[in-house]
Amino acid sequence: MRHDHIISAKQLSRGDIETVLDHAADIAADPGAFADRHSDTLLGMLFFEPSTRTKMSFTTAMKRLGGDIVDMGSVESSSVKKGESLADTVRVVEGYTDALVLRHPMEGSAKMASEFVDVPLVNAGDGAGQHPTQTLLDLYTIRENAGFDDLTIGIMGDLKYGRTVHSLAHALTTVDARQHFISPESLQLPRSVRYDLHEAGAEVREHTDLDEILPDLDVLYVTRIQAERFPDESEYREVAGQYQIDADTLAAAKDDLTVMHPLPRVDEIAHDVDETTHAQYFQQAHNGVPVRMALLDLMLGGDK
Amino acid sequence: MSDNDQQLRVSKIRNGTVIDHIAGGQALNVLAILGIDGTSGDSVSVAMNMPSDRLGHKDVVKVEGRELSQDEVDVLSLIASAATINIIRDYDVVEKRRVERPSVVEGVLECPNHNCITTEDEPVDSRFAVGDDGVRCEYCDTIIRDDLPAHILAE
Ligand SMILES: [Zn+2]
Repeated sequence: MRHDHIISAKQLSRGDIETVLDHAADIAADPGAFADRHSDTLLGMLFFEPSTRTKMSFTTAMKRLGGDIVDMGSVESSSVKKGESLADTVRVVEGYTDALVLRHPMEGSAKMASEFVDVPLVNAGDGAGQHPTQTLLDLYTIRENAGFDDLTIGIMGDLKYGRTVHSLAHALTTVDARQHFISPESLQLPRSVRYDLHEAGAEVREHTDLDEILPDLDVLYVTRIQAERFPDESEYREVAGQYQIDADTLAAAKDDLTVMHPLPRVDEIAHDVDETTHAQYFQQAHNGVPVRMALLDLMLGGDK
Repeated sequence: MSDNDQQLRVSKIRNGTVIDHIAGGQALNVLAILGIDGTSGDSVSVAMNMPSDRLGHKDVVKVEGRELSQDEVDVLSLIASAATINIIRDYDVVEKRRVERPSVVEGVLECPNHNCITTEDEPVDSRFAVGDDGVRCEYCDTIIRDDLPAHILAE
């Protein structure tokens, strides 16, 4: 794998994905073997919007590889004054560090930033755009639980604004998964994603009702529907309930259905699902560390 | 009367570019897309909604003293795919250029996604990949299919 910057799941081929996931599996099997791998490396953390989990996951990954991080802190308290361009900020910080992780509220910010720096840059989420490391850890979890062969996956919730969904859908085309999208009509996939899936020749179906498709699924990927996406509260409440699952809902599913969620959840997955063998969302979150270790190791010149 | 005669009737230019066969009503958008707003001193004449055998109605734009580059001509294809471009020297047509769709247009259109980084005060131009039936922002993936002229960047 040779990418200087990781901006979008779209840039990852099937081979790239397998390389990262295989390497992550090696790391997960024996993390100690990688503990001094990058002891001279400093990773610059540029988080222009709060994301404690993603930041902690990258920080843990870098430290587990023996390296360290420098953190610009929260935007409010840092010297990154309102008014300095993102292009200037990344050019300054690249002088301090060996690689950059960027989270920014605007779409396309990571791509733009990558055009101004020579050190590798990882997109840790750009607005409603892309979040490729989330996609990689999602794929790792899917491969561990259901495999990539003959895979039928349902993706449910806010498909319009959910960047994790957009990245994942694209990546799933590289493994020829059958994809079912379940959402209220107002939150269906955006045009650009439909277009890409169509271009990739993906097998895609859209549903408004989970019951139609639940028994066929190997994986159910749930995302949150946010109240603020609806013009009024009552409309939200009418819709939201239909896209919540509990242990009873899953009685109709295959015994080995894997339930995933990018977290944090609110009430779209009831707590009684946690106790079932379906629940993999906490493991999914934990997988972020070996996957990000693998990605950083490969980007920073690991052996593969 | 042929198109050519009508063209002559508008005004003859000595050196410059004549853009003919622009779809009726699109001439001002053509000027916008070429960044021609009259402030640079170029002499520009515009004829709108002339009768045309081929298009029904067409617009014609003449830019005196300026030969459009092939890149500029290609950008025109986004809104005037049927246009013909004549380069004029000393009152003669010395070159006819074809409009071809470019693969990318830079700094020409504004991304309609207000949350796109290219709409911020950053040192980048907008960049759109040109597809068969629309253009797509290379930063945020937003697709514009209809109504391209509404997204032409104001200078
Ligand atoms: Zn854009």
